[in-house]
Amino acid sequence: MPITITLPNVLARLAEGHRTVAGTGGTLGDVVADVSNQFPSLRARLVDDGGNPYPFVTYYLNDEDIRFAGGFGAPVRDGDEVIIVPAVAGG
Amino acid sequence: MLRMTTTFAPLPPSASAVPSDHESAADSTRTAGRTIASGSRRGIDPLPLACRRCGARFDPAPIAICEECLGPLDPVYDPLRSLPDRATIAARPASLWRYREWLPFAGPPTLSLDTGCTPLVDAPALARALGVARVWVKNDSVSHPTLSFKDRVVAAAINAAAAFGLDTFGCASTGNLANAVAAQAARAGIPAWIFIPHDLELGKVIGTLVYGAHVVRVQGTYDDVNRLCVQVADRYGWGIANVNLRSYYGEGSKTVAFEIAEQLGWRLPTAVVAPMAGGSLVTKLRKGFAEFHHAGLVEGPLPRLYGAQATGCAPIARLVESQGDRIIPEVPHTIARSIAIGNPADGLTAASALRETGGWAAAVTDDALVRGIRLLAESTGIFTETAGGATVAAALDLARAGRLRADDEVVLCITGNGLKTVEAIAPVLGESPVIAPRLRDLEPLVQAAATRAATARLTVPTS
Repeated sequence: MPITITLPNVLARLAEGHRTVAGTGGTLGDVVADVSNQFPSLRARLVDDGGNPYPFVTYYLNDEDIRFAGGFGAPVRDGDEVIIVPAVAGG
Repeated sequence: MLRMTTTFAPLPPSASAVPSDHESAADSTRTAGRTIASGSRRGIDPLPLACRRCGARFDPAPIAICEECLGPLDPVYDPLRSLPDRATIAARPASLWRYREWLPFAGPPTLSLDTGCTPLVDAPALARALGVARVWVKNDSVSHPTLSFKDRVVAAAINAAAAFGLDTFGCASTGNLANAVAAQAARAGIPAWIFIPHDLELGKVIGTLVYGAHVVRVQGTYDDVNRLCVQVADRYGWGIANVNLRSYYGEGSKTVAFEIAEQLGWRLPTAVVAPMAGGSLVTKLRKGFAEFHHAGLVEGPLPRLYGAQATGCAPIARLVESQGDRIIPEVPHTIARSIAIGNPADGLTAASALRETGGWAAAVTDDALVRGIRLLAESTGIFTETAGGATVAAALDLARAGRLRADDEVVLCITGNGLKTVEAIAPVLGESPVIAPRLRDLEPLVQAAATRAATARLTVPTS
């Protein structure tokens, strides 16, 4: 079973309108790379030039901010859920 | 002795005779669903937006992030617009709309016309405590209508929501924003959905429920609540004050700076200390002071800005101290719930604002912020909530560290009311005696108090 990623509307338009996409891999970084290959327009808004999470989005792996869970190196298992939201919100 | 410096004119009869907000909003929100009007149907037009990062331009809309790079959007003001002089501003009604040329709308506002213009209170005892020339308290603990500075940002956001024809208003909140959104939405006749951490202080929950809002208590921290609200705005298209209306909402905080300048007689303090949660307030203080300076309404150096956080949630203060370039999020552990944001959206900008103005940040313990609440209350007669206690305690720390100078004129931004967070202060205040209604029962209490006062006088250092 793949790992699902829920996208905000602003990124869904870069994924052919899909609010939810799916990828496979052993780490979150692998899954993001897989999704980026499926939707190349998404890549620059998921990953920065250094291969790190794009700074204007926040990733949550099973409801936990990935910065508390190892970032893109966080291990993932089938059925895990990833949510991406724009970082500029709240306060 | 306290001296009130406020010099705002009272609201003229004409200002209070405008149609009620409820009547106006009811007319504007009859459109079913979440239709977004192409222009204002209420006489107020939100300004267009531009990305702070890449410069992309956008028509006025309930969006807060750039569709190109996901950077934050700011309102675009016409640099050639006509600006009022001091006398014109001073003659206007006593509300934050007296500064409307610096708020993100064209045309007259129609909602929340009477927010703003809180007192600036001279506080000589605090000046002595800090070892500076003057201290004033910008007292938003008495803000109308919900006793916090969030009334200001919501006044801007709800006008934007109404102008866009959004049929539901809401927010993610640590409490003060919840109160402000619920109250102003109720008055405007707009349904409100409020999302808060599940374990928020009782006063803030009751102070939201009372307005008839839909209040949802979310398991987790504020940052979890905020994540959900971003998805809510996406899914339902509601106007979420601090999500998709954020570009308009944030500008309301500038009015704190405008009021300070006007209340000081059209001049600037040398230093300002403010609490930091998401980091927006200090960035907007900087922008507000700079805009008045640019307009020629004030002269001289811009104030050094200092930010206060609790040690149990201090990602911005730690960024300032580390001179880093990336926020490291934290899981909050502090009684200062109103500033317990572990992943501050404006953290980087706030840290830059502090450093670039010559200021700094301080993080204080929960015990210290409780002492700050008591010091403010006992020296100025102002009862603030935990964020205000953190601000006072941070000012003391900054003074001890030599960051405040003897000739400084300091403004402390007290952003919320202590009645909302009585849980924080009650444990240290002790029990009041209960007596029968007889003088002989009172007499020993009076004598004991006199003895304590005499002892205190003998032990107070003279230097």
